[in-house]
Amino acid sequence: MLDLQTLIDMRYQVVAVILFCIGFATLFLHPNLIKKVIGLNLMDSAVFLMLAAVGYIDGGKAPIIVDGITDASYYINPVPGGLVLTGIVVAVSTTALFLALIQRLYYMYHTLNLDEILLLAKRSEHY
Amino acid sequence: MIYFEFLLLIFLIFCAVGTVFTRNLLSSIIVFMAFSAIMSVIWLLLESPDLAITEAAVGAGVDTILFLVTLKRIHALKGTEKDEK
Amino acid sequence: MKNKSLLHRFVDWVNGDVADDRPGNIRTVGSLPEAKPPKEKPEHTDPLRHLNRQIAAYRVSAVLVCVSLMLALTYTVLCLPTYNDPSAPTNNEVSQRYVEQGMEETGAVNTVAGMILDYRAFDTFGESTVLFTATAAVLFITLSKHTKEWTERGPFADSSKDPILQVVGKILLPMIFVYGIYVVLNGHLSPGGGFSGGAVLGGGLILASSMFGQKKMVRVLSANVTTGLSVACLLAYAAMKGYSFFTGANHVGWEIPKGTPGDILSSGFILPLNICVGIIVACTMFSFYSLFSQVEEE
Repeated sequence: MLDLQTLIDMRYQVVAVILFCIGFATLFLHPNLIKKVIGLNLMDSAVFLMLAAVGYIDGGKAPIIVDGITDASYYINPVPGGLVLTGIVVAVSTTALFLALIQRLYYMYHTLNLDEILLLAKRSEHY
Repeated sequence: MIYFEFLLLIFLIFCAVGTVFTRNLLSSIIVFMAFSAIMSVIWLLLESPDLAITEAAVGAGVDTILFLVTLKRIHALKGTEKDEK
Repeated sequence: MKNKSLLHRFVDWVNGDVADDRPGNIRTVGSLPEAKPPKEKPEHTDPLRHLNRQIAAYRVSAVLVCVSLMLALTYTVLCLPTYNDPSAPTNNEVSQRYVEQGMEETGAVNTVAGMILDYRAFDTFGESTVLFTATAAVLFITLSKHTKEWTERGPFADSSKDPILQVVGKILLPMIFVYGIYVVLNGHLSPGGGFSGGAVLGGGLILASSMFGQKKMVRVLSANVTTGLSVACLLAYAAMKGYSFFTGANHVGWEIPKGTPGDILSSGFILPLNICVGIIVACTMFSFYSLFSQVEEE
């Protein structure tokens, strides 16, 4: 199943999976909070790429009906486009929320490293 | 055309890896901006011009600005240290 | 007590009556628990060792989760229907109907706009509410006694008048605003719509704010004004779509005018809904920036 032709045919999906895994690993493993937010954004982009690639049909045009042609096979699938369009804007608002929280954490602990923040929080709890 | 797609996709992965492994936060954010710009070209190749406009305005514009303002506020940008003067 | 079944003991454990059957423990279920002698806590002497061990365990398990997820996702993707396949299960009768009858049923030439603003308008209403809620959350988080002052020039040029910013901004700003307004107003006829055009307008507002300075910009578009605009647009959206839903979601008794390319005032409710969404998105982007760039006074 895993041959080169399959990989070439499924290039967008494979790249989406690679991006998702890079973002996931960053979100889990990088100690810097800003890098964690960037990893979350990479995951978002990967999901959007996956959705848009699923809706693409070879030779299809963008779903804007100009010449009166209302044949579904002439256009690409409009459903993933609509989903991704709203998703991109919502991703920005979640990013802004995380960044505001990060600023708050920085004011309290004066560091961006999550491990150091945990250590400082534990220390202030005990002493 | 398929070679162009491969070029863009490989560049996308390079940008993602570079964003993660760059030590300087400012350059990491700039690379992420490049990632968004490539992403908007890919949306055009996938015949979704709506997404291309949104990604170019949001990913390369507003998102980067928000990250940069955050870096400014946490004094991580060079030359903007408040007590440095 | 020894004869109690496993289920009973479990019920007791859930209820908080600890039944400890070890020999030497004379405590019964009904009795009050004795005051235990305070155990000397080993972590009190070294509180950080425990945490460090936790962090190491977290790292190892995170690597395991990442690798397993990677394998699972790669396997799944290779089993999916191939890219470019017109007979894939995603290209079903839903998208067919949206393309073939969307123009008659919604009046929008741009099928994506017709889909997100008519067939799935409730979903878009939720998304706009998410944007508004995110603004409110950022406002709550960044609001404090120390962040009340805005600088004269914005966060990136507070030392002097930056000539690059001024010259380039003067050229770019009118173009950005014209393009954004065009994209919002033509959302039903060409690519774009409320979300895209609103993001472009928000970027333009951010550029204007860093050109003219936060103080001047706040006089025009303060937090109250952006919040009021967002709420007004949300209510207008709700009123329009509510009317549409209560009249049977088909605009009963009202032939939907079909969109004609080049004619802005066509295709029914899509244009005002696009304007509402665009204003909400632009206000959200700008208020994120203006909330982030408040300067803390020390």
